[in-house]
Amino acid sequence: MLGIINGEVYDPQNGINGEIRDIWIKDGKIVSADEVERAEAEIIDATGLVVMPGGVDIHSHIVGAKVNAGRKFRPEDHRDHVRTRTTLTRSGSGYTVPTTYMTGYMYAEMGYTTVMEAATAPLVARHTHEELEDTPILDKGVFITMGNNHFIMDCIRKGEREKARDYVAWLLGASKGYAIKIVNPGGVENWKWGRNVEEVDDEVIGFGVTPRQIVSTLAWINDELKLPHVPHIHAINLGQVGNARTTVEMMEALEGRRAHFCHLQFLSYGGKPGKRLRSGAAEVARAVNEHPNITVDVGQVIFGPATTMTSDGPLQYRLHQLTGDKWLNDDVEGETGGGVVPMQYKRKNPFNAVQWLIGLELFLLIDDPWRVYLTTDHPNAGPFFRYPQVIKLLMDRDYRAEVCEGLHPRAKKGALLPELDREYSLYEIAIITRAGTARALGLKNKGHLGVGADADVTIYAKLDDKEEMFARPHYVLKGGEVVVRDGQLVRELPGRTLYVAPPYDPGIERDLRAHFEECYTISFDNYPVAPEYLPHGEVVPCS
Amino acid sequence: MIVGNVVCPFCGCLCDDIVVTVEDNRITAVEKACTSGRSLFLNVHTQTAKPTVDGKEVEWAEAVDVAARILTDAANPLIYGLSSTASEAQRKAIALADLLGATIDSTSSVCHGPTTIGIQVEGEPTCTLGEIKHRADLLVFWGCNPAESHQRHFARYSVLAKGKLTPGGRRDRTMVVVDVRPTLSTRRADVFLQVRPGHDFELLNALRALLKGQDLDVDQVGGVEVARLQDLVERMKSCRFGVIFFGMGVTQTGGKHLNVAELVALVAELNAYTRFTAMPMRGHGNVAGADCTLTWQTGYPFAVNFARGYPQYNPGEFTAVDVLARGETDAALIIASDPVAHFPRRAAQRLAQIPTIVLDPEMSLTAQVARVVLPTAFYGVNAAGTAYRMDNVPLPLKKVVDSSQPTDEQVLDWIIEKVKTCSA
Repeated sequence: MLGIINGEVYDPQNGINGEIRDIWIKDGKIVSADEVERAEAEIIDATGLVVMPGGVDIHSHIVGAKVNAGRKFRPEDHRDHVRTRTTLTRSGSGYTVPTTYMTGYMYAEMGYTTVMEAATAPLVARHTHEELEDTPILDKGVFITMGNNHFIMDCIRKGEREKARDYVAWLLGASKGYAIKIVNPGGVENWKWGRNVEEVDDEVIGFGVTPRQIVSTLAWINDELKLPHVPHIHAINLGQVGNARTTVEMMEALEGRRAHFCHLQFLSYGGKPGKRLRSGAAEVARAVNEHPNITVDVGQVIFGPATTMTSDGPLQYRLHQLTGDKWLNDDVEGETGGGVVPMQYKRKNPFNAVQWLIGLELFLLIDDPWRVYLTTDHPNAGPFFRYPQVIKLLMDRDYRAEVCEGLHPRAKKGALLPELDREYSLYEIAIITRAGTARALGLKNKGHLGVGADADVTIYAKLDDKEEMFARPHYVLKGGEVVVRDGQLVRELPGRTLYVAPPYDPGIERDLRAHFEECYTISFDNYPVAPEYLPHGEVVPCS
Repeated sequence: MIVGNVVCPFCGCLCDDIVVTVEDNRITAVEKACTSGRSLFLNVHTQTAKPTVDGKEVEWAEAVDVAARILTDAANPLIYGLSSTASEAQRKAIALADLLGATIDSTSSVCHGPTTIGIQVEGEPTCTLGEIKHRADLLVFWGCNPAESHQRHFARYSVLAKGKLTPGGRRDRTMVVVDVRPTLSTRRADVFLQVRPGHDFELLNALRALLKGQDLDVDQVGGVEVARLQDLVERMKSCRFGVIFFGMGVTQTGGKHLNVAELVALVAELNAYTRFTAMPMRGHGNVAGADCTLTWQTGYPFAVNFARGYPQYNPGEFTAVDVLARGETDAALIIASDPVAHFPRRAAQRLAQIPTIVLDPEMSLTAQVARVVLPTAFYGVNAAGTAYRMDNVPLPLKKVVDSSQPTDEQVLDWIIEKVKTCSA
């Protein structure tokens, strides 16, 4: 039993905005005051401190085949960034692509307790779950890439939506995934022919379907299965000048169905294709404001080193040609693809500077904080442990102006950002980093401090410098256990892996056996990830 | 009892369609496996074996106690092997190395270690084997001989496999082999380029030059006529989907990682014309898994040292052959491999001089010189676990017959607990 008393509490889900409250914890959950024997409870005196639910990251690449490939081929990323073993914790290395244990510790030290791995090909989901088990403290889930899946595209062509629905339900259960992920729908399949898609109605080679059909079918399936999250969409033309238009078209293609658009910064580029990059933030933010069915995360650029890694094979090849840096590509049979390319974002590079501006403009132009979330698409636009800097940029317009000063002059010319005076409040920060993300993910026990919530709590010193404040919380509690005390990691616990297991017509398995015989190099029986791989697994109900 | 869809743990192909017949806890028949796989399943013994210390049989508790003491007393312990055990055990081995401040290395360092270094220089355009089965119309095998080393590779994944875009199997593909001598694989090839030993880099470099449209002012490169190289470049540019499978003929010949970097650069450049990929022919059943587990726990796939309390990576400094041959290692834990049979003499001799601990289902040569021998269950036959195929696709290894031996994972767990109490 534990009590956090006299803290300044920010709990937007329950409408609490900086009021002084006591929080009581028992058996890993938030409880009401009368359920606790005060004499027996450990008391944390939070007088003068800020209390929030533990952070919930809706989109980050922390484990699995792509991340590990990035670690493996970037020793230069790790050499100067190491973590020493202690009697409590494991050692590790890595800056933009840290090792699994180090990732768990660093997120916890930043006050985050739940993180969603943004993309895994189902064929290699077993690998992802092995790494998740080696990622301590955090509760986690995995999004399963389906936007270029042969079985689904075949069903769409034949008009067999119900069969596709049963397949998706089976696939989520078999891969122990949490949500449907769509990456460059159709474009990754076309990349296997050296091509891509450019318009929402372009054709996928060999399947006769379009990005629009893939997205709208999966959005329908998501609603049918009542999944806790919505389809998580990485739209077409990512990173291309002028993609704001197709991003908005993709939002319209949903025809009102719910969806999440990830790392929107990379998809809000104005200007004409082949010409100089201009901000398309105003156009895309307007579309988000007009579509209440849409949530987004930003993917804010952080100046410095990054590692780009996506399932978007053609994009990664383009980045390789652009930078000339080493290129890793991995096409996955019948399902998806992917690539990894190192990156360096520079203030004095006009393209990078505009990318940075676009991210912040989106944050400031999207009206409803419940529908826009803080991410850096770690490690694509920058590493996750720089979130506190983004918080400072959002809360402090003087700091924004100061960073803007150092940008390439061509990027500053005509930029919208200097005109935007909005500053985020602590309440709004609590929304874009935990309350909003937990709500979008359908995690009813996360992101708030009401009775019955998981006792994941972060306690910060109230400092003027918001970067400093959010970088090193005083206390972090995970499931009611103190894991960070006085800024130090004091305990290593295993985290849970959250997944869904929606019901499906078992008749689908007969079709799938035939599909596996024809399309895969492994047998149907060896494909599903057995529950033994998730010793800390927990099913999140669909409803 | 007949067990289907068994994964064969022998080589990097990890064929997962093996059918095994079990009678009275003995394997009596094996279907679909190659000769190596068959022999593996039929020869795994199931009788109880006790651990030994200095050649004498002891109880498990005592053997673990001695092993833990050897490792904690050592200044520079080495943990080596890993490629024929499950990833569950590999993860424990790395945890133990972290705890001890040891050096840890896998058999990668004497096979595809240079591949890793080449990838760290140039990248890795690759794919899963199913993409090759369904799409590839040009297959180049360079410095490898799968007809003998990966016997079902041609049938399941490459030359003979019938895929979506290659319904005619062999008829729909062109097979090129580059090697220093004729082999069983070259006999199956449409084109065989016999390169002079040690000249792979020149050949790769010449192909890159020809791809860029440069004229070569020589008639031949590395023993191969330029006209034949030009022909290969044209085939590469005009195919639908191409792949270069490469083996130790590329990685362990003169130039080593530079050969791999050059090969990767060629493959990357070919993507301006068509889709082209590269894939190392990984040997042992779970050597790819050793790369994976080491990487997610330390950041590096082999040659890792924890002496400073954090992982450091330096092939040549922290590779097993080197730390042994230089006499730096003062105790060794060998897991599921046989370095005494394969290492250069000086490195092998060192293993006989120092207290060596062996975890292995078999009485290997290394086990014969070891102080402590811990006979464990055979993953994929009498223990379940996970292995990673040569294309990094993870597969579940089955327990087909029972064994009274503990697994590598269990024994490593016991040693870790003991080391913790020793050091506390």
